[in-house]
Amino acid sequence: MDVEILARIQFAFTIAFHYIYPPLSIGIGLIMVIMEGLYLKTGNKQYEILTRFWLKIFAITFGIGVATGIIMEFEFGTNWAVYSRYVGDIFGSALAAEGLFAFGLESTFLGILLFGWNRVSPKVHFFSTIMVFFGSMFSAVWIVVANSWQQTPAGYHIVGEGFNARAEVTDFWAMVFNPSSVDRIIHVWQGAFLAGTFLVLSVHAYYLLKGRYIEISKKAFKIALAVATIFSLTQLLSGHSSADGVAVNQPAKLAAMEGHYDKSAPADMYLFGWVNNDTQEVTGIKIPKGLSFLVHQDFEEPITGLNAFPENERPGQVNAVFQFYHIMVSIGIFLIGLTLYASFLWWRGTLFEKKWLLKIFAFAVLLPQIANQVGWFAAEMGRQPWIVYGHLRTDEGFSQEVSANQILFSLILFLVVYAVLFLLFIYSVNKKIKHGPYDEAKNPDEFLKYV
Amino acid sequence: METFLGIDYPTLWYLVVGLLFSGYAVLEGFDYGAGSWHLFFKKDLSRRIAINAIGPLWDANQVWLIIGGGALFAGFPVMYATMLSAMYIPFMLFLLLLVLRSSAIKFRSAEKMLWWRKTWDIVYFGSNVLIAFLLGVVLGNVLQGFELHENFSYKGGIFFAFLSPYAIMAGFTTLSLFMTQGAIFLLLKTEGRLHARLTFLLKKGMIFFISSFAITSLYTLIFIHGVTDKFKEQPLFFILPILAFLAVANVPRLVSKKKYFQALIFSSLTMAFLLMLVAFQLYPVLLPSTIDPTYSVTIYNAASSQKSLGIMLTMVVVGAPLLAGYLIFLYKTFNGKVQLDDTSY
Repeated sequence: MDVEILARIQFAFTIAFHYIYPPLSIGIGLIMVIMEGLYLKTGNKQYEILTRFWLKIFAITFGIGVATGIIMEFEFGTNWAVYSRYVGDIFGSALAAEGLFAFGLESTFLGILLFGWNRVSPKVHFFSTIMVFFGSMFSAVWIVVANSWQQTPAGYHIVGEGFNARAEVTDFWAMVFNPSSVDRIIHVWQGAFLAGTFLVLSVHAYYLLKGRYIEISKKAFKIALAVATIFSLTQLLSGHSSADGVAVNQPAKLAAMEGHYDKSAPADMYLFGWVNNDTQEVTGIKIPKGLSFLVHQDFEEPITGLNAFPENERPGQVNAVFQFYHIMVSIGIFLIGLTLYASFLWWRGTLFEKKWLLKIFAFAVLLPQIANQVGWFAAEMGRQPWIVYGHLRTDEGFSQEVSANQILFSLILFLVVYAVLFLLFIYSVNKKIKHGPYDEAKNPDEFLKYV
Repeated sequence: METFLGIDYPTLWYLVVGLLFSGYAVLEGFDYGAGSWHLFFKKDLSRRIAINAIGPLWDANQVWLIIGGGALFAGFPVMYATMLSAMYIPFMLFLLLLVLRSSAIKFRSAEKMLWWRKTWDIVYFGSNVLIAFLLGVVLGNVLQGFELHENFSYKGGIFFAFLSPYAIMAGFTTLSLFMTQGAIFLLLKTEGRLHARLTFLLKKGMIFFISSFAITSLYTLIFIHGVTDKFKEQPLFFILPILAFLAVANVPRLVSKKKYFQALIFSSLTMAFLLMLVAFQLYPVLLPSTIDPTYSVTIYNAASSQKSLGIMLTMVVVGAPLLAGYLIFLYKTFNGKVQLDDTSY
């Protein structure tokens, strides 16, 4: 295989693996802030138990997120040297801001969060929880800003030619608030909240099914359900707003998402389907001219299709983009239905009587994770063949000095180490869940009193 | 070119990056150093105490690497891209070792099985030693220069070329320096028999450091071309090696007086002076080309635009005091000897 493909596989693999963890940390962080806040407000020890329990799972998630994140920071330089030189002037300041303002905040307060229970007052501890949560949210901001700039560059000019060409920042705030960044930051945040809350829902649904820790699990489930319901709904809005932006700024990507080839014609919207790139046809169930309506609120308005772009300036893997995008949307819709129905039962007071619903929640933890992953795959594959949209092609961006064997060597190492890491993650989270939030053997009396 | 206090922006950013990497060396120096003694402690309890001595701190210390890397990418993208792609194998190993090291910290004490802890102890020790060694190897390579041709294209060996004799010497020197730093840090954090054992180990570490440092310095002076030129031009800077020497000499004296905190300060100063020495000797070059000096990466041909550097310098002015504040708060909270409790690793 050639260097470009291997470099892309390596990047896709390491970033996809990394992206299992930060969204979980952000989501669990939000829940911890709520739980610890309730503990301080009410003094109810059940909330303290919950906070301490989720902190343990947070610690593992956060740790793996950091470890796999450092690799990303340096992989630009090792595998994508041409790209790094090209975007350094712009991308660099976002990364530097991330380190200085976000990562510094979260990593320092993490020490106090994890080990400071007996050393600082409850209020200072709560403050640290909030700081770690904010830090992780800010991290997401700067990383998504950098990625959004690749999708919709703004506030820059190109200096130099050929090898020495690079983008230089002309307007920092225009760069930060490039056309897609705000929509995408919100979309990513909410995706992260859902990933975390659904883990909380899953674990406590499991306890409720097993008849363990009933009291605190009901409390935790309700908190997480409220958060999940809100963000499932608002995620639809941010997704819609994001798609509107894609229609304007990256028409080829939008066309690939719905398999729309005609140069300029009203476009259909599929519930599901299969794209044949050779015949340029899509088989599936559709709302005729639905995409036109969604984007322009008019069924007859034409949408720019893939054929409006030269063959080498549009995504090659149309069906993959189509599928990833549709999986994401389907999951999003399903989560709305699920959380709304559960909230309705909560209002009726029968939420915890429906065993089958709790079973769905126990497994639903996978759904936001899958949606986050495929959403990113759709976004990044839809950006192809560009690494910086409209300016630098992916096949020009990789390191010229690096050989295929080197990448293969490191890729194999990553596969091995990450496989072990993933098993350790599953094993230790599973162990913490099985062990439960409270040590019954140690303090049986207290246990009965609170749980 | 725009200036601030008479210093141009690329030079200012050079100082920022230098400061960040010095901070990284000093702080992670004691983390990696402490880990490099790990198998020298025999009892499980000693090993746990040693890990928990850095427990609440190492995440924050690692921030210096992340900000340093970001600062290099942001301010000198050409340097970042050229060095990382040319030193592909050592950096990939370095990154994977970082992952293994943090896994070892997190998972080692999670289970009671003897085989589990022994395996992680070996992983932890090995990754710390190799990380310290590789950092020195990379520094040695930078000092020696790369086979850079026009447009910074690297034409040197790609798999094992980074393991030159000089780089290996630099690797051992860094490892020994970190081990000294780590032992002093652990002396601050421990008591009883482990403390007594560390006093003994520190002496070994100092001997290891002084001998490897002497050999590397001698080799540098004899074989590395033009290292003394800068000092001939500006003899005032001879003060740097003298200061480094005085700082090293002061460490055993303070240790024997049981003034560990001061000893840590002076061993940190040793690192800082040595890095300043390297920085001064290279300036304004970042990565010398062994083919032709005009192909070298310098702070001027590698730098981001004036505008970008200006923005980032502003960020540093705002962000650095904040970061310093967090760190002081953290270190104050966990001041004193290690006490294991139910939140410990």
